[in-house]
Amino acid sequence: MSVVVWITEGTWPACVAAARVHAAREQEIVLLYVHDDGVAESAHGAFAGLLGRGRPRGHRPPQGWGSDPGHRIEELGEPAARRLLAEAARRLGRPAQALLAHGRTEREVVQAATGAELLVCARDGDLSRAGPHSLGPATRFVVDHAPCPVLLVWPAGPDHESPPPPPSGPGHRR
Amino acid sequence: MLVFAVVRPRGLPEAVAAVPAACLAVAVGAVPPRQAWEQTRELLPVVGFLALVLVLAHLCAEEGLFEAAGAAVARWCGGRPQRLLAGVFSVAAAVTAVLSLDATVVLLTPVVFATAARAGARARPHVYATAHLANSASLLLPVSNLTNLLAFDAGGLTFTRFAAVMALPWLAAIAVEYAAFRAFFRADLAVPAASGTPGKGPDVPLFTLVVLALTLAGFAVTSLAGLEPAWAALGGVLVLGGRALLRRRTAPRELIGAASPLFCLFVLALGIVVKGVVDHGLGTGLGRLLPDGDSLPALLGVAAVAAVLANVINNLPAVLALLPLTAPGGPGPVLAVLLGVNLGPNLTYVGSLATLLWRRILHRHDVRADLGSFTRLGLVTVPATLLVSTVALWGMLHITGT
Repeated sequence: MSVVVWITEGTWPACVAAARVHAAREQEIVLLYVHDDGVAESAHGAFAGLLGRGRPRGHRPPQGWGSDPGHRIEELGEPAARRLLAEAARRLGRPAQALLAHGRTEREVVQAATGAELLVCARDGDLSRAGPHSLGPATRFVVDHAPCPVLLVWPAGPDHESPPPPPSGPGHRR
Repeated sequence: MLVFAVVRPRGLPEAVAAVPAACLAVAVGAVPPRQAWEQTRELLPVVGFLALVLVLAHLCAEEGLFEAAGAAVARWCGGRPQRLLAGVFSVAAAVTAVLSLDATVVLLTPVVFATAARAGARARPHVYATAHLANSASLLLPVSNLTNLLAFDAGGLTFTRFAAVMALPWLAAIAVEYAAFRAFFRADLAVPAASGTPGKGPDVPLFTLVVLALTLAGFAVTSLAGLEPAWAALGGVLVLGGRALLRRRTAPRELIGAASPLFCLFVLALGIVVKGVVDHGLGTGLGRLLPDGDSLPALLGVAAVAAVLANVINNLPAVLALLPLTAPGGPGPVLAVLLGVNLGPNLTYVGSLATLLWRRILHRHDVRADLGSFTRLGLVTVPATLLVSTVALWGMLHITGT
């Protein structure tokens, strides 16, 4: 049984800090990063949309005219993700398994959390307000469909103070 | 021929089909040889200008201008993704306007991805923004998009007049895109970037930047002096290319490759083929759809027809088909066509349904990438940018009395 920590840009330090506190010593920790394949695909698409710019095969440089920028993004994405996972592992300070997945982010996270004891992720969305819209679309999907308990943490301490007052009006007593 | 250009069997360049198709159009009499020659002679300077701009962009990339811009944006944003987006918008809009949308798609996109990764920000909003701006920010100058170069030739506008009339529609389109991106990606943009401070990055290639600025000024000066602005581009290429050759940073062969001779050939052949198709039916059909005059509703109608056609068959053939029909109406309808064919392709992430269908067939077993968000974004921004830019164009035409 394991604790899955969802590593994404921006929010990962809070998730790692929460895992340090809430994962028991004997629990295995999995650091999960999902490559957003849509990014490279959008670059592939933009290049494919440039009608008439094709070049004979075998004459394509790795960069520059005639090269598909989507391939370059795929090349750059892998080491960037590995760096992020390595940094997270260093910050965690205990042995952990690094898992690099590809595909639709939210579905990959839900799949990786199957059979886990806990999934740690961070709220994103508008950080200046407690809510509503406290979760981005991917996080919303993960929270809704997670097959295990979810620990949802603030990326940095909440900067709102107290929950808003309950709504007044018919049906509500003050 | 269009099917070939989209499918590109065995990775063959599009010119392989376009040139025989053009020869066939002349051989069967669809386009009389004399008209074919005239069409080619009209397109030659346009294509030459395009080749020069492509070489200029290549030389700027070789000197590290794009990496330097990426590093400057990363430093300026200081870990705030919203500022990073603003920086990416500025750089992508400037690169597209001055060095053409090809430079943004091919040369700038990987730099933007690397910049977002280095800044520790989620890449999606920034890479999508680059893809969108390659189209939306290609309204400003004749050199920003091949469609503009073709229309600039047909519309009887000078370089500076084109820029003056299109400046407001360009800014309006970028402003609408920026507002849409801020709202659409608010979750991704709200989270401050976490990983370390980006390093100093490469130095700004000052010489290249100055030559580029002088080339830009040269476009205005040559145009005001009644000369072809392509001479200014040639000047920029000679200075930067000569310097790179002297320093042995590039080879003549590489510069010829950067000029994309096969692409230039493809455009010339496409011009003849489209002329044949327009003269034999498409022209009358489209002519019925296009409203006359340069009132605001007429301009909106022209822009909408152009956007739909660009989405069906891709924007290059669309502009070649629409220009002869709108050119007699003066600069207003011609520029409205440009708004349509330049902004319309953002509807799908590949620029046209023809290309989209082919990619679907090619990748039917591969459904890993989710590009629904790109399409939803396009459904919001394309009608909005079209509307706002066309209103801006109509206003500018009235103010300048064009």
